Amino acid sequence: MPERLSRISLRSVALFYLLAILFIPVGLVFFRAFEPGLAAFWTAVSSPDAQHALWLTFICTIVAVPLNTIFGIAAALYVVRGKGPGRKALDAIIDIPFAISPVVVGLALVLVYGENGWFGSSLVSSGFQVIFALPGMILATTFVCLPFVAREVIPTLRELGDEQEQAAQTLGANSWQTFWRITLPSIKWALGYGIVLTTARAIGEFGAVAVVSGHIVGQTDTATLYVANQFENFNLPVAYAVSVVLATAALFVIFSMTLLQRRQERSIKEES
Amino acid sequence: MAIAVENVTKHFGDFAALEDVSVDVPDGSLTALLGPSGGGKSTLLRVIAGLELPDKGIVRIAGEDVTAHAPQKRDVGFVFQHYAAFKHLTVRDNVAFGLKIRKRGKAETRKTVDELLELVQLGGLADRYPDQLSGGQRQRMALARALAVQPRVLLLDEPFGALDVKVRADLRAWLLRLHDEWPVTTIIVTHDREEAMELASQIVVVRNGRVEQTGTPDELYDNPGTSFVAGFIGPVANFDGRLVRPHDLTVLDEAEPGTREALVRRVARVGFEVRVQLLLDSGDPVEVLLTRREADALEIEENDIVHVRSERSFDLPVDEAIAAGEEVAVPEPA
Ligand SMILES: Nc1ncnc2c1ncn2[C@@H]1O[C@H](COP(=O)(O)OP(=O)(O)O)[C@@H](O)[C@H]1O
Ligand SMILES: [Mg+2]
Repeated sequence: MPERLSRISLRSVALFYLLAILFIPVGLVFFRAFEPGLAAFWTAVSSPDAQHALWLTFICTIVAVPLNTIFGIAAALYVVRGKGPGRKALDAIIDIPFAISPVVVGLALVLVYGENGWFGSSLVSSGFQVIFALPGMILATTFVCLPFVAREVIPTLRELGDEQEQAAQTLGANSWQTFWRITLPSIKWALGYGIVLTTARAIGEFGAVAVVSGHIVGQTDTATLYVANQFENFNLPVAYAVSVVLATAALFVIFSMTLLQRRQERSIKEES
Repeated sequence: MAIAVENVTKHFGDFAALEDVSVDVPDGSLTALLGPSGGGKSTLLRVIAGLELPDKGIVRIAGEDVTAHAPQKRDVGFVFQHYAAFKHLTVRDNVAFGLKIRKRGKAETRKTVDELLELVQLGGLADRYPDQLSGGQRQRMALARALAVQPRVLLLDEPFGALDVKVRADLRAWLLRLHDEWPVTTIIVTHDREEAMELASQIVVVRNGRVEQTGTPDELYDNPGTSFVAGFIGPVANFDGRLVRPHDLTVLDEAEPGTREALVRRVARVGFEVRVQLLLDSGDPVEVLLTRREADALEIEENDIVHVRSERSFDLPVDEAIAAGEEVAVPEPA
């Protein structure tokens, strides 16, 4: 039975691949984190520096995600439904944060907003520091996870077509009502997925934030920077423990999405 | 006039989708826009609904110039070929949509929706989602949704185009009854001449962005203004260089003044009609339509010699009409 054989071998290749690059490494991090015991784990993640780092990651994420959600929806609507110029260009530009290395993004932000940057000097003199401070970190995080929502929503909007929206218009709905009652419910799964990816990416951001933050422990260290720092200082148990917090947050976001989706599917089936 | 379109032109880039189009739709009538695919029928309907802005010209609804009005302000019901059902809403909520936008009371909305669902025979399916309906049911839901807000005019863009033949025929009959019961001024777009002839009291033939002819089904059939209309609206034949309807040819046993001699090449009995292929003495072929009774009376058989006379012919170019007839046979891309 060659067909069955090939199916089994395909499956084992996929499984092996996932084991080698996903499950075993991530599993080991969890193992190492709890190896010294729960008390040690708790001490590691509750130190003031660790808490501050996690708090900064939280702040960056909580600002970047809504900003990119709104931007992503608006950009997707313009690219797919818009009539004005520059739609193709915008569609291509949205991908730039994917294409450019985060480190380069960080450097670019320094060039613009840094003390010697384009309008950084006037910002600094007016008392608003961007680089080596929270605003720059938020900016960097927002920049690197900018494409996700738009990238998820654009194909869904295209596939949806505009007939439902036109039907709503002929029934008297204005643009705002059409958006809330027809467009948004139709793209909600793509949007949800885009938000999940944005969140996971924001939590995990390292390179761009590393450049713009200046890496000051207890002041401008986000959780990922803190992990790297502890790792470099051979403080491995702490690095593993905070990594586990980060990984758990990301996994939680993705699992909650999957659960929501399944509940939605079930509720539709029960209606029939 | 319930709807008046005056000298409307609409270009997409360089392409003229509508060129100086004028149409009058009488109050309470059912008018069909008929024509080949790509002729501009949907564009015209969308201009009336406000979903497209014309480059030039005026659209009036109930006498009021609505050319600059947004679709929301026109009070039209629009039904799309592919239903445009709100997939995330139940049948009931689909139909209630326009009423909710208008902030009608809960009780009133529910009553109106229930009545409409009965009218479109979906009473039992109110809590289903559109994916759980057949194509015909979805289209009836779309009609109920459009009717719920009591529009001044109803615009249907190939509403039965995506359905199979049997369902189409049922829905056509049903639409006629609905229109009798609830005579909203209606425009229906179709590329199917039978659908147009059966439903409409007025047909507007649209082709290449222009109106070819407007009239009742009988006027178009009996007095086509162009050879395209002649061929698109009914069967045509070339009788000795003249354009005729195949049933306007009389076949006789004996020669009479005005008859031509012909050889019977083939006799095909198709239901109640008999199609006879003749070869005229000039060598030109022609097809004649007889009723069964006429054919039996003649005892017509292959290789007989018969005599043919045309009772009526159109003074129009023949080849174009025959080409138009062939265009009808080309299936519409889905
Ligand atoms: N939004 C549009 N952009 C460009 N061309 C269009 C658009 N809508 C329609 N057309 C063109 O206009 C012509 C008429 O289209 P349409 O009104 O849909 O014809 P019909 O409904 O008679 O089949 C077609 O050639 C079509 O390709
Ligand atoms: Mg069309």
